[in-house]
Amino acid sequence: MNIVIQTENLSKYFGDFLAVDNISFEVAKGEIFGFLGANGAGKTTAMRMLCGLLSPSSGKGIVAGFDISKQANDVKKNIGYMSQKFSLYEDLTVKENLRLFGGIYAMRVKDIQSKTLKVCKDLDLNYAKDLLVGSLPLGVKQKLSFATAIFHHPQIVFLDEPTGGVDPVARRKFWEMIYQASQQGITAFVTTHYMDEAEYCQRVSIMVDGRIEALDTPNNLRKALDAQNMDEVFHALARKAQRS
Amino acid sequence: MKQFVSFIKKEFLHILRDPRTLMILMAMPLVQLIIFGYAITTEINNSPMAVLDENKGVESLALIEQFSKSTYFNLVSTPNNIAETEEAFQRGQIKLALIITPSFGNDFLNGNIPQVQVLCDATEPNEANTVSKYAQQIIMQYQTRVHNNIEMPFMIHTNIRMLYNPQLKGAYNFVPGIMGLILMLICAMMTSISIVREKEQGTMEVLLVSPIKPIFIIFSKAIPYFVIALADVIGILLLSYFLLDVPIVGSIVSILFLSILFIISALALGMLISSVTSSQQAAMLISGVGLMLPTMMLSGLIFPIENMPLPLQVISNIIPAKWFIIAIKDVMIKGLPLFAIWEECLILAAMSIVLLTASLKRFKNRL
Repeated sequence: MNIVIQTENLSKYFGDFLAVDNISFEVAKGEIFGFLGANGAGKTTAMRMLCGLLSPSSGKGIVAGFDISKQANDVKKNIGYMSQKFSLYEDLTVKENLRLFGGIYAMRVKDIQSKTLKVCKDLDLNYAKDLLVGSLPLGVKQKLSFATAIFHHPQIVFLDEPTGGVDPVARRKFWEMIYQASQQGITAFVTTHYMDEAEYCQRVSIMVDGRIEALDTPNNLRKALDAQNMDEVFHALARKAQRS
Repeated sequence: MKQFVSFIKKEFLHILRDPRTLMILMAMPLVQLIIFGYAITTEINNSPMAVLDENKGVESLALIEQFSKSTYFNLVSTPNNIAETEEAFQRGQIKLALIITPSFGNDFLNGNIPQVQVLCDATEPNEANTVSKYAQQIIMQYQTRVHNNIEMPFMIHTNIRMLYNPQLKGAYNFVPGIMGLILMLICAMMTSISIVREKEQGTMEVLLVSPIKPIFIIFSKAIPYFVIALADVIGILLLSYFLLDVPIVGSIVSILFLSILFIISALALGMLISSVTSSQQAAMLISGVGLMLPTMMLSGLIFPIENMPLPLQVISNIIPAKWFIIAIKDVMIKGLPLFAIWEECLILAAMSIVLLTASLKRFKNRL
């Protein structure tokens, strides 16, 4: 099995506050990995470290084959990122947005052009190529945002609560895109607040107070905690939280 | 490099697609020049005045005639006594009153010193000052006319020449001032807003996760505004040369060099503002109140720095526009070479370096 994310005793202090406490886990290539936790559990901090935005206080992390504390820039070249805030430029057209992000990741002009055509075709956006992104409906924007995040075919795509604010149908479609990407070998690292989405993940980790309390397939987690669904699993674990 | 180019392209697109930004960048310099050039003028013409003539002689009539001939004054009332004169002031009919004493004519003949009194409405002190000077001038003219054929025992002839600005045009002062103001506005305010906008919209996060270096993100934001600011400098120079008849005595190269130096310091200020704020409103407020106001008030554009109380004079030293305005006047109006303003250049360069380092450091620390 091909490991694309590997952490060993990764910790992050902010002053005296231990935001992330000795987390160790591995994620395989093409896996859809759910990264769950209540607000303030340390999800965002952990994810920022994995993206090369924050350097760890101690411990080690390898993402896409590069050390996150020493080779942050190489890490950044090989990952994609989509945040909860819709983060394309609304005053640029669909084509211009794709061209910009292709340019940022130093893709060749020819590749940018052919890939743009493919993305527009796949998303049924041929009609909207030259429309400003701001004029598109939210569901379409979100799909486009994801397509942009994996435009340069990264090894891993980090999705920070990607489906906030969209209706269930659009969310379902969005997850189909994640599955497609995973079949192309792109690992998806997803944080979410929707427990039904956690069921879609192949493996799930649940963070409580900066530690990883549980990590397994949704099925095994339910069995282990004798729970009906992920919602119950989550609550059983999150209840243990000491800090708020 | 390719990353950088696609980034700069994007910034230009942002500017071109936002009519408000475009307006500020293009229309503002034009409007300011026209307002300062035509609407705000320190010259005063046709000031309404009154004459209280208690002498009613040939001499007093000649003096009154001298006044009414002048374009500075408009004789609107001839009160009969001092009470009526005051009433005219109170009603705001007149700005100045000339009172000619009863003995005015006789004093001439008897060899006494003839006296007149000039009253000014000093609720507007600057205006009162100016009109009283005009009145003195007219009285002097009258005096020389009367004395034309009389031999004076001795007389000092003062020869006044106004250097660099013989017509005492306000434009010579405000064109450099407006350049300072506009450049500060465009570079500091617009740059800080455009950087903060990305933070607000969440696109900054995506950029930070990308392999593009933070320093490139910041510089690519600054470059379009740098280009536009330079275009504005050239536009202002052309307009003031052809429309306002302000001469450009110094070399264009020196003027542009100085402008570039000032633009860099203003851009650095904008970056610093953007690194301490997280909303567009805050950025606008800080650059509006914290930058534009001091630039207007303390740079010497409106109020002479020499007349300020000492604390304000000291504060004025940290305002980049002050040094720019001093230096650009020297180069543009007086035609001094670049080495004559090395001090100002050095100060601006030092300010830019300090501001740039501070903002880059802050930007890094936030990651």
